[in-house]
Amino acid sequence: MSVDWSWIADHTDDLTALTLSHLQAALTAVLLGLLVSLPLAVVAHRVRRLRGLLLGLSNILFTIPSIAVFVLLLPVSGLTRTTTVIGLTIYTLVVLLRNTVEGLDSVPARTKEAAKAMGTRPLRTLITVELPLALPVIMAGVRIATVMAISLVSVATYIGDGGLGQLFTDGFQRNFPTPVIVGVVLTLLLALVADALLVTVQYVLTPWTRRQKRGV
Amino acid sequence: MYELLKGLGAWLVSSEQWAGSDGIGHRLTEHLQYSLLATLVAAAIALPVGLLIGHTRRGAFIAINLSSFGRALPTVGLVVLVFLASGLSMWPVYIALVALAVPSIVTNTYAGMTAVDPEVRDAARGQGMRWHQVLLQVELPLALPLIMTGLRLALIQVVATATIAAYVSFGGLGRYVFDGLAQRDLVQVLGGAVLVAVVAVVLDLALSALQRVLFRHRPATPA
Repeated sequence: MSVDWSWIADHTDDLTALTLSHLQAALTAVLLGLLVSLPLAVVAHRVRRLRGLLLGLSNILFTIPSIAVFVLLLPVSGLTRTTTVIGLTIYTLVVLLRNTVEGLDSVPARTKEAAKAMGTRPLRTLITVELPLALPVIMAGVRIATVMAISLVSVATYIGDGGLGQLFTDGFQRNFPTPVIVGVVLTLLLALVADALLVTVQYVLTPWTRRQKRGV
Repeated sequence: MYELLKGLGAWLVSSEQWAGSDGIGHRLTEHLQYSLLATLVAAAIALPVGLLIGHTRRGAFIAINLSSFGRALPTVGLVVLVFLASGLSMWPVYIALVALAVPSIVTNTYAGMTAVDPEVRDAARGQGMRWHQVLLQVELPLALPLIMTGLRLALIQVVATATIAAYVSFGGLGRYVFDGLAQRDLVQVLGGAVLVAVVAVVLDLALSALQRVLFRHRPATPA
């Protein structure tokens, strides 16, 4: 199995377009996933009874094969980018929800009591105290969800989308390994770069965790 | 939507759908066979690695990066790649499924080992236990709940992903998903998806029940 380098040279424009479309699908899904999971996580954190239900439901969604999710969305949104993004969002939910709930749980009760004693209202406490303190755990979830979404986009190749995944179908149908190898390598690179960027974002957003590590 | 659900109900209970070599019974057996074998092989590779990394506290960097690498690896691409290299065989399916399962097991095993109280390890060593005795008689039992969590996670992922065997012309419940997709038969796709989800949930519940029986004497650990 050898790589046909001239094929790569001839298709740089296509490869760039596919990579960008791949990234766009994954990032939209993670952002949507955050928008949906954040309020759900706050509910699951505050209302104990709903917690098991919400986490259990998201776990069951996770067990449905991704290809089936995409196909089942076809009657709703057709062979479009929307189907890809909704399907991916469903997958990011389980990780984002679980980590956000865990992050909120990890905020010390004393800190919340202190905020309350200072007269801070619940919503303000959530935004200015709880969410920032939960950020490291939430970001861990965002990192996992992003890498997962990037790797899963290719499954949408069965419904005619799929970004770099189209290279897999192409190589499979023509019995030609080069596009498949290029697709796998580019997907891994995208995931690595996205993960490194998120680590940097987290580093910038949580200066207090660095001070703690130095023991100050 | 209602028509679809009615069709699904009829599809799931019809007796001819369950019988024969392309019946649900046979496809279910195939699916379980792929999933369980892949998870077992993955465990045989990942458990010793996770235990050794956790015991020696060396190579943690590799373990953590391996897990994010494994998550980033596109399964479809891997299956097609191995398929093109090996031709029509079960290798693409098993290699892809094992590659999917190994990272979850390694990272959870490692996490379980590092969560063991260092004082307990020191006490065991102070009593004159050899390193393998500390590993097998002290650390392993204490790390088991997290190791089991890793195995459960891996199994769920593998069961959901074993669908892909049908893409490279093998069986399993993915047959219904891919055949339904080719025939634009949504009822069949939905039926396959529901069956896969049910298998994953049932296996997960069975493992968690097993876990509860095995660790009855311990305070419950959050899953």
